[in-house]
Amino acid sequence: MNELIDFVTVAVVLFAIGIYGLVVKRNAIRMIFSIEIIANAANLNLIAFSRNLHNAQGQMFALFSIAIAAAEVAVGLGIIIVAYRLYKEIDVEEFRSMKG
Amino acid sequence: MVLHIMADALFISVAILTIGSAIFALETRELVYGAIGLAISMMGIAGFFLLLDSPFVAMFQITVYVGAVAVLVIFTVMLVRTQALFSIKEDYRRKAAGIVLLLVFIGGIGAVVLASGLGNPAFTQFNTPAIDVATIGKQMVTYYAPVLVLLGLTLAASVIGALALARREDIEQKNERVN
Repeated sequence: MNELIDFVTVAVVLFAIGIYGLVVKRNAIRMIFSIEIIANAANLNLIAFSRNLHNAQGQMFALFSIAIAAAEVAVGLGIIIVAYRLYKEIDVEEFRSMKG
Repeated sequence: MVLHIMADALFISVAILTIGSAIFALETRELVYGAIGLAISMMGIAGFFLLLDSPFVAMFQITVYVGAVAVLVIFTVMLVRTQALFSIKEDYRRKAAGIVLLLVFIGGIGAVVLASGLGNPAFTQFNTPAIDVATIGKQMVTYYAPVLVLLGLTLAASVIGALALARREDIEQKNERVN
C-alpha cells in the first residue's frame, strides 16, 4: 500500500520543479504557474500528514489554503494585465519601474 | 496482494501524470498549452487527495483549480497573447543553473526527509480510519467559523482589488468627456 513517504517524495519533486520555474522563467504567467505548483506541493503534504496522523486540521488548512491561492491568482493575473498594458510585454526583466 | 500492486500502479501513474504535466506547463512553448498542462497537474493532485481518502478536498481542488484558476489563466493568456506568443529565448546558463538548483533541492530536502525517520515502516502506514466529510463540515461551521468569515472577506477584497487593477482610466476619462 502507499506510504506517507511516497506522497512526501512527490511533494518534494513538485516543490523543486516550482522553484526551478521561479528561478529560470522570465515570463510572468509562467512564474504564476510555478507558484501554483509550489502551493499544491504544500497542500499535498498537508493532506498526507492529516491522513497519517488522523487529524482533521490538515484538511481544513488545505481547504483554506486552496481558497487563498485562488484569490492570489486573481490578483496576480490582474497585475500582469496592468503590466502588459504599460509595457506591452510580460517579461519580468522588462518591468523596470514601479511608476503607474 | 493484487490490490496492493494495483494501488501502487495507480499511485505511480498519477505521480507521473502530475509531475510530467507540471514540467510540461513550464517548458512548452505555447502558454495556452502550459495553462492546460497546469490544469492537468492540478487534476493529478486531486487524484492524490482521492488516494489519501479526502474526497471533499479533492472536489474542492478540482472546482477551484480546474474550474476557476485554469480558466482565469487561459483568459489572461488570450488577453496578453498578441506579442508574447512565443516564450522569450532562454539563457542556457540560467537554465543549467536552474536544473542544478532543482537537483540540489530534491537532494537536500530528500536527505532531510529520509533522515527524519519518515521512512520508518512503523510510522508511515495509514492504519487509522479516514476522516469523514461530516467531521469537516461540523468543524467548518463551529470551530473554524470565524476563519470562514475572514476567508470570505479576503476573497471579496481580492476580487475588488483585481477589478480596481483592471480598470482602464483612459477609457473612463474619454467617456466622461463625451458625457
